[in-house]
Amino acid sequence: MKVPLSWLREYADLPAVTAHEVADKLTAAGLKLESITSHGHDVKNVVVGEVLTIEELTGFKKPIRHCTVETGEATPREIVCGATNFAAGDRVPVVLPGGVLPGGFEVGARKTYGRMSEGMICSERELGLGDDHHGIMVLPADTPIGGDVVELLGLRDEVIELEITPDIGYALSIRGVAREAATAFGLAFRDPADVEPPAESGPSWSASIADPTACDRFVLREVRGFDPGAQTPLSMRVRLARAGMRPVSLAVDITNYLMLELGQPLHAFDRAKLSGEIVVRRAQPGERLETLDHVVRELDPDDILITDQSGPISMAGTMGGLETEISDGSTDIVIEAAHFSATGISRESRRHGLVSEASKRFERGVDRELPLVASWRAVQLLAELGGATVQPGVTHAEVEVSPARVAIPSGYPGAVAGATYSKETVVARLRQIGCVVVDGDDAAVRQGGVDPTGVVTGGELAAKLAVTGDDMITVTPPSWRPDLTDPNDLAEEVIRLEGYENLPSMLPSAPAGAGLTEGQRLRRRVGRALADGGYAEVLNYPFISAADFDHLQLPADDARRNAMRLANPLSEDEPLMRTTLLPGLLKALVRNVGRGFADVALFESGPVYRPREGAPEVAPVLGVERRPTAEELASIEAVLPDQPLRVAVVLTGEFERSGWWGAGRQACWADVVQAARLVAAEARAELSISADQHEPWHPGRCAALYLGDTLVGHAGELHPRVIEAYGLPARTSAMELELSRLEAAMPGPVEAPPVSAYPVATQDVALIVPDFTPVADVEAALRDGAGELLESIRLFDVYEGSQVGEGNKSLAYSMRFRAPDRTLTAEETTAARDAAVALAADRVGAQLRGG
Amino acid sequence: MSDYDPVEVTPLHADEVSRMEADAVAAIKAAGDLDALKQARLAHAGDRSPIALANREIGALPPAARAEAGKRVGATRKAINEALAARQAELEAERDARVLVEETVDVTLPWDRRPRGARHPLTTLQERIADAFIAMGYEMAEGPELEGEWFNFDALNIAKDHPARSDHDTFFVGSTESGMVLRTQTSPVQVRALLQRELPVYVISPGKTFRTDELDATHTPVFHQTEGLAVDEGLTMAHLKGTLDRFAEVMFGKGISTRFRPNYFPFTEPSAEMDLKCFVCRGASATPGNPSCRTCKSEGWIEWGGCGMVNPRVLIACGVDPSRYSGFAFGMGIERTLMFRHNAEDMRDMVEGDVRFTLPFGMEI
Repeated sequence: MKVPLSWLREYADLPAVTAHEVADKLTAAGLKLESITSHGHDVKNVVVGEVLTIEELTGFKKPIRHCTVETGEATPREIVCGATNFAAGDRVPVVLPGGVLPGGFEVGARKTYGRMSEGMICSERELGLGDDHHGIMVLPADTPIGGDVVELLGLRDEVIELEITPDIGYALSIRGVAREAATAFGLAFRDPADVEPPAESGPSWSASIADPTACDRFVLREVRGFDPGAQTPLSMRVRLARAGMRPVSLAVDITNYLMLELGQPLHAFDRAKLSGEIVVRRAQPGERLETLDHVVRELDPDDILITDQSGPISMAGTMGGLETEISDGSTDIVIEAAHFSATGISRESRRHGLVSEASKRFERGVDRELPLVASWRAVQLLAELGGATVQPGVTHAEVEVSPARVAIPSGYPGAVAGATYSKETVVARLRQIGCVVVDGDDAAVRQGGVDPTGVVTGGELAAKLAVTGDDMITVTPPSWRPDLTDPNDLAEEVIRLEGYENLPSMLPSAPAGAGLTEGQRLRRRVGRALADGGYAEVLNYPFISAADFDHLQLPADDARRNAMRLANPLSEDEPLMRTTLLPGLLKALVRNVGRGFADVALFESGPVYRPREGAPEVAPVLGVERRPTAEELASIEAVLPDQPLRVAVVLTGEFERSGWWGAGRQACWADVVQAARLVAAEARAELSISADQHEPWHPGRCAALYLGDTLVGHAGELHPRVIEAYGLPARTSAMELELSRLEAAMPGPVEAPPVSAYPVATQDVALIVPDFTPVADVEAALRDGAGELLESIRLFDVYEGSQVGEGNKSLAYSMRFRAPDRTLTAEETTAARDAAVALAADRVGAQLRGG
Repeated sequence: MSDYDPVEVTPLHADEVSRMEADAVAAIKAAGDLDALKQARLAHAGDRSPIALANREIGALPPAARAEAGKRVGATRKAINEALAARQAELEAERDARVLVEETVDVTLPWDRRPRGARHPLTTLQERIADAFIAMGYEMAEGPELEGEWFNFDALNIAKDHPARSDHDTFFVGSTESGMVLRTQTSPVQVRALLQRELPVYVISPGKTFRTDELDATHTPVFHQTEGLAVDEGLTMAHLKGTLDRFAEVMFGKGISTRFRPNYFPFTEPSAEMDLKCFVCRGASATPGNPSCRTCKSEGWIEWGGCGMVNPRVLIACGVDPSRYSGFAFGMGIERTLMFRHNAEDMRDMVEGDVRFTLPFGMEI
């Protein structure tokens, strides 16, 4: 909402303060300052002149005049001018040499078209008054010569632009802002709607409301004999322009001016183009209307229409029809002012993608008492400025409405604020915003009429919202505040007017909390461990495309292809919710490589979205009057997909860098398997690793990660086709595992191990096994066979070569034995080692090398 | 004493003992390095050294002579040991001066064999914010990102026709009629917390949220919020103010407070916009004549988030009796906080995963 300060001052006696001070007060009241624009302050030396003589110069491509202009100085000025719309004797604005026009444009004396030109005669646009550049601005004949044009025309002004929240539609008017400004400064407010239209006996053009859910007040008034050539007064045009509306024609300008001033949208019909009774109703199937913007609109049965015998003539509260629009020749005009359903207009405007100044106001709620007043002022102005005759009579169709009343204890606003406001303060503040306040408890729900702001009222909810206590007061909100329905709405009004800045600041005494849960701690630990391990965290969008599944080489029946789809994705390329973290990570890796980083290690932790088998497609939208039952809540949960938390890493380049110390080491499958172990270790879990063939991994370099019997993820080098599809560096490796599963299986606290003070006994063994034998199996056999004297075991060499025979490998282990209560004898250690080797021989056919 | 010999023993003669001492001291002085000194120690103070052998002979002396001989030998051994210690110290100092110098390396050589990674600043910032509230007794609550429409809108008193519920703002899953959305705010976690937990409830809830904005320097369709909720008996707006003032101080330092301006949110009533006093200029830049401030654009205050008293309608939808309980809620954008707290200028940097952006942030923020 753009508010010229001069307009505001007309209705609130603001003190001599700057626009910034006014805006600060309004901001503190909830009307937030967006910007302040100054007009006319940079304009200098523009005076009223009278054109004495005009000499038409010839020989130029366009008409050029050389004029003498009396400006009240010692001698008249000579000025060259390219416009022709003025005559000798006219009074015009003249910028003298050394003067400045809006935008800092300086004017001097210079020679042009062979003559001297001492300044310039100005158009409206040059004075910053609007877009009119058709010619020179001709001033009324009684404008004093030599007078300061800026002062005389009131060109100096400031425009405060405010952000208006959707609950306070009344503030989309000078009236509403002036009321707030007057309250903020503690000054008197003059209500521009405080006019009493005369009681009318008869109706005007006949009209009725066919759908009381669409409209609860519909007013028509008529004028005849309007002069279509009448000009809009300059002051009105300036205000319209500064408030952000383009001046059009007098009749349209009057409706817009009143809308800005009062907040009531008005529509002007050309009476000659109307036929028969006007009816407010919903659209019928197949109806169409060509609106003012020359678009033929297919109407929806939910659209609210103004119709006459010919069919639809206007989309209510949104945009008028082209057919019945007033034109350059309209002399008889019917003014419409109505109160439409806020939600109805909001839907209509959204459905047609049509946001107008009218729809913006209606969907936020317009004062139901304005139509009679605003339409009266409109016909008065049409008469006064356009020479029209006001026809007697007013058509007033209405639906009976009894207003809402809210009862609260007078101490309630203070109880909400945590401050003390006296009853006098509370009552005074509520009256300031226009409420009627009486003692006693006499709450009532609004009856009849269209919805005020779309909130549900009445019934069970009203009883639950009711606040009781001592010293009850009953508050009837004013007609322009349909947003005040609940006790807390009233509390907010009192608190904001008493000043949010005056609220006390005190800490509540929250009960002692339990800190983070085990799962929350785990997630933090995992992040730290991976970051410490060399991986940088990324937060990718969870949107993927079906092409990603192909790039990942997923088989047709892979469960990961079953993804939730967005109804309105940002990009049709990525309409799916991820079922794996890898596509996002791989793209981020490619991005980094593309930016010149050969060695990249990334991780991400976040949910994937896995549709549940057989889940219903629609989640019910429950009521809000009470807590839903467990079954009702379960009916929503059943539709939502499973959203387990995963963690994944991708890795390329050197994982250990080359440097002056020697060659580095290229990242490989083993690093990402280790990353999985790192994550598992944070969950105090030990993974068992086995070979697997699972897309998108290299079939020979893919590890399945198990926690007990539960598969929790995969790790390894990516399949060369995947690497090609994403444009990844060769041998890129990746790991993905489901953190939720580790979280669910987290064991209790670690048991402290006994630390034996007895000496260690070390035995090395080398075993020959077939080369396809998983090392993990060999080690497991050795561990099991060695028994509890085994303290640790470490594989320190893997050898394949002729010495161990074709198709074999040799595994060299160092085994450390220790007893908790004694020094082990050589016999005991050897026996344990032999038992280990025997079990390995038994399980995997291992032979002791050289044995 | 098995080798008792009652005759006079030559090695114990005074001049013989003095010679041993002289020999020893000479040898010790002659030792050129620590190895040579070790040899000298063996030769002149070891088990088989003349003085050690002489010492063994004391027992062979007549009892009357033993004391004197013992004294003589003891003094000599002491002198030898002192000479050894002195030479040891000399040689060690010499070695330190020479050998350690020879072993000098260039300690400025880099050693980035295993560079560290980093956590994303949006993650660590959420943790830091959560920790500030956990210290005040709050617990961390969670909810799904793909959420039921009822949780995201209806239960929060966002009417059916509210513009935010259109597919111009909200991602719908499946179809616009599915009742499933990507949550547009972390506020549905408030509803879940009230439905799941016992009162009183004090929770903080960081998380990912979604709106259909195109990515640019100041917008991203996937962003992060942190939401706080307290529902208890007797909570007031003054408690909300006190909580956020405390939080501002924890995050930005002593003397940094908040300012409330009236605003509108369907799920709170009264509602307020929360501004943070600029922690760089401390509000000074708003006064004409003072240096300008880049962080608050010389406004003195930084818009930080929204807050208010939980709308009793929300409490009712969650089965909480508003005549007994009241509550407050607040929320702030994490991307925005990162922008002003760390001068991050472009949201795209937070989204693209460029390691140059993330690495400097390390483990905590």
